[in-house]
Amino acid sequence: MAQQLAAKEPTAQQIAEQKIYKQFGVTDSEYELICEYLGRQPNYTEIGVFSVMWSEHCAYKNSKPLLRRFPTTGPKVLMGPGEGAGIVDIGDKQAVAFKIESHNHPSAVEPYQGAATGVGGIIRDIFSMGARPIALLNSLRFGKLDSERVRYLFSNVVGGIAGYGNCIGIPTVAGEVMFDEAYEGNPLVNAMCVGLIDHDKIQRGVAKGVGNPVFYVGPATGRDGIHGATFASEDLTAESEAKRSAVQVGDPFMEKLVMEATLELIDSGIVLGIQDMGAAGLTCSSAEMASKAGNGMELYLDEVPQREEGMTAYEMMLSESQERMLFVTEPQHEEQAKAIFARWGLHCAKVGKVTDDGRLRLFHKGEQVADMPVKALVDDCPIYHKPSKVPEYYLQNGSIDTTRYEQVPDLTCALKKVLGSPSLASKEWVYSQYDYQVRTSTAVVPGSDAAVVMIRGTRKALAMTTDCNGRYVYLDPEVGGKIAVAEAARNIVCSGGEPLAITDNLNFGSPEKPEVFWQMEKAVDGMAEACRVLDTPVIGGNVSLYNESVKGAIYPTPVVGMVGLVRDLDHITTQDFKAENDVIFLLGETKAEIGGSELQYAVHGVTEGRPPMIDLAVERAVQQAVLAAIRAGLVASAHDLSEGGLAAALAESCFGRGLGARVEWTPNLRPDLALFSESQSRILLSAKPENAEKLAALLKEQGVPAARLGTVGGDRLTIKIAGHTAVDAPVEELRRVWKEAIPCRMQ
Amino acid sequence: MTRMKFAVLVFPGSNCDLDMFHAVQDTVGEQVDYVWHTADDLSAYDAILVPGGFSYGDYLRCGSIARFAPVMAEVHRAAEAGKFVLGVCNGFQILTEAGLLPGALIRNNSLKFRCHPVDLIVENARTAFTNAYAQGETIRVPIAHGEGNYYVDDETLSRLKKNNQIVFRYAGDNPNGSVDNIAGVCSERGNVVGMMPHPERAVSELLGSKDGARMFTSVLNAWRERHGAAIGG
Amino acid sequence: MKAKVYVTIKENVLDPQGNAVQGALHTLGFGEVSKVRIGKFMEIELEAADRAQAEERLRSMCEKLLANTVVEDYRFELEVS
Repeated sequence: MAQQLAAKEPTAQQIAEQKIYKQFGVTDSEYELICEYLGRQPNYTEIGVFSVMWSEHCAYKNSKPLLRRFPTTGPKVLMGPGEGAGIVDIGDKQAVAFKIESHNHPSAVEPYQGAATGVGGIIRDIFSMGARPIALLNSLRFGKLDSERVRYLFSNVVGGIAGYGNCIGIPTVAGEVMFDEAYEGNPLVNAMCVGLIDHDKIQRGVAKGVGNPVFYVGPATGRDGIHGATFASEDLTAESEAKRSAVQVGDPFMEKLVMEATLELIDSGIVLGIQDMGAAGLTCSSAEMASKAGNGMELYLDEVPQREEGMTAYEMMLSESQERMLFVTEPQHEEQAKAIFARWGLHCAKVGKVTDDGRLRLFHKGEQVADMPVKALVDDCPIYHKPSKVPEYYLQNGSIDTTRYEQVPDLTCALKKVLGSPSLASKEWVYSQYDYQVRTSTAVVPGSDAAVVMIRGTRKALAMTTDCNGRYVYLDPEVGGKIAVAEAARNIVCSGGEPLAITDNLNFGSPEKPEVFWQMEKAVDGMAEACRVLDTPVIGGNVSLYNESVKGAIYPTPVVGMVGLVRDLDHITTQDFKAENDVIFLLGETKAEIGGSELQYAVHGVTEGRPPMIDLAVERAVQQAVLAAIRAGLVASAHDLSEGGLAAALAESCFGRGLGARVEWTPNLRPDLALFSESQSRILLSAKPENAEKLAALLKEQGVPAARLGTVGGDRLTIKIAGHTAVDAPVEELRRVWKEAIPCRMQ
Repeated sequence: MTRMKFAVLVFPGSNCDLDMFHAVQDTVGEQVDYVWHTADDLSAYDAILVPGGFSYGDYLRCGSIARFAPVMAEVHRAAEAGKFVLGVCNGFQILTEAGLLPGALIRNNSLKFRCHPVDLIVENARTAFTNAYAQGETIRVPIAHGEGNYYVDDETLSRLKKNNQIVFRYAGDNPNGSVDNIAGVCSERGNVVGMMPHPERAVSELLGSKDGARMFTSVLNAWRERHGAAIGG
Repeated sequence: MKAKVYVTIKENVLDPQGNAVQGALHTLGFGEVSKVRIGKFMEIELEAADRAQAEERLRSMCEKLLANTVVEDYRFELEVS
């Protein structure tokens, strides 16, 4: 049987003649380049290795020109893009490592495992830097919950995230879930992980020290995730079930063991370089580690632990079996490394050696089976500058006046519609499946603007959030990109934190379409500008392209994951109104802006026009004022205004403690537009009566417009616009609609 | 004066050992050590805490493999000797699998993992872990589990009631389908307690509740009484 | 020898998973299903001197580890080849 499996792979000649490389996503011109770099035609293993290293996922060949536009440096940035995760200094010789990644396509096929392995992958990226993972977040997009398929995807994605995160013992503390037809064929599953590290423990994925051994740790390698590249040997494909590529299955218990053992190994100080085996498994980790050290590497594939019989070199190099790490240490430390892993019940195998010739050479069954220049694999993938074209829809939207809709007569009813819209409604159905308190450090649990996780042994904490409004980005990518970053920062600030940096997950359709590439370009420009003004460099991220179905591309959805530093536990602030008679303030300016709004979607049934505008300087000023006010101890509650506008923000602030509010406002706008406008740079604050004056004075001093809206109290939410009652309902009634929207659809 | 010594067991896959360790330090400040699952001597310890998590990945059944870990022989010995043993969540599951507590924990009836605060009624305020509470007091403690549905047959349930072995019940909604709303039980002798909710997560207002802290002061009281030392606050 | 071990939840213990599956089958149009109970199936290959010894050992395995006899019943089939 084994002999049959080790059947003929296509020869280099056959690959050239039959253009087999095309099945691997390699173009004719790329193939020619590969032949040039090799000085000959590549064999099957080599073309396999090149094809994954030169894929969009590993090489960013379509997105690199855009990623270069991001600001990636800053005085607090200790590690920018290029490693497992970016790292930012938080003082006291500590730092925070974080990154976001997507697992969109696997989740559409096998939602539980796709989401689970997405979580597993991002956790490995964090601890491969030497950081102890302390929190998980996720950003999800699905089609409308009316469809059974969407309910199935939603339920299983949440199940997969819960299953993995809970088992490995890292709290899932925040995130977002949004539902829109645009994501019907293409769910988005983005997973983010945050870790803590001491400065002197920071690791890099480098194959340092010529002659040093290279070790593999983790479970045995199987045929998981080798994308079904059809190859010539028909007999093989027909006969051998073992050859079919398998869905990647995550084992969080295994990862817990690998994580603890790896952190112990790193703590011992003997690691010279370490990287996790993620996309393209052994190929990507070995090539990148060699490249970053300016070295080469030899791999002895017979030493690779295998859980299937008759695995070929190609299969071993391309397998995406989970929970595996690659590291380099000095030869005299081998026993110590083995002992650490043995304590955790793990084997580590010596699978290679660092060389000085800049080549990646693979040996299997006593022969050299591949020999490739590392530089060609990692650095020399051609970069493409795709054409960009303004789409028709964008031009047409420019002439749509979203204030022309008929006035919505019953605003209490409109508010219920908006609160009951699954994108806005309570996500408790989701987060109560996540253990958000393991490690006993979660000071602000899911349900507020950002999560806040305390740093044990200090009075500091980290605020964290993921944000992106895909509708805004669709309607105007540059503005939407700015808003994504601004909103994340606003959420951090409302929780008492100072924004530090971001990680980004660019989820777009096919870059081959000039209209989609235009969306990418503009979104990146917007994000980059906001990052500069708000001082939050991009320290790493992920790109997921080709998110298309028969209906077309998804809304361009560049998810922003942001972390901020809460200097003192006393600054931790939440969105819920705290006490009767607290005074409510609205910061910022409100205009009639409902393009892309929840009102437009839930009540008028469309997504059109232009999104709200944003002035980043104004945004910055408002955020700084709120942070100053929080630090001065003047703020009882803070909530940023986003989807659903002021009406939703007021209602949400009432829900936490069931306290009502009496609001009187004269904004000089039609009531429905005033209450549901999604104008940016606005924040809702409440303060104890004795602090109200001081707060008003501070805001005035900072040049931030602030309107005193009313007071907290009673058990109803009453909003009067220009003297007329616009909204009046018991808080409990609104809360019920908001709370039950998702559970009743998931019955 | 000698200090009380706590052991927090650590199995492959335990997660809440960290939380349990810090809870002891932050509440009573006595000596607390992590003890690896291969340890063969727990005689130095006065109290053994079996923490939550997913020992052995919850493979086969939660706690089914951990109960055979080398250290468990010592836990049996300690329970026999009347020392104080507390199992929380996965720890409770391990103690039932080991036969140190009656019953079994099976899948939540909702079939979903549930994480949220619950109100508990202290049904027995006389165990070593609950003497600092008032009989019938309601306390707020979080749960986080997928297999917290406590089961005993009718006969055993009668026996538990008769012997006062039900330590905590869920007030209000039963989050997992447990028989008779049982959230925690003790052994016949009373020195071994198991519960699904996490008292070690309710030790500070910043975490949402301080009600769990008194479980640690209780056992310190019980130990001090036993050792005839003056009872502190 | 090959053993097939079946572990099922006891009759008098509520099986919410079985109920959920029954509900789903009904929704799919299989109204004729009146009961579903979900258990575990294990395949164990073992060496033993004879059938009697194998059965004794298997019983012990089930009692000790494979089944939680508080809530589960077990039975097994032995294939002596």
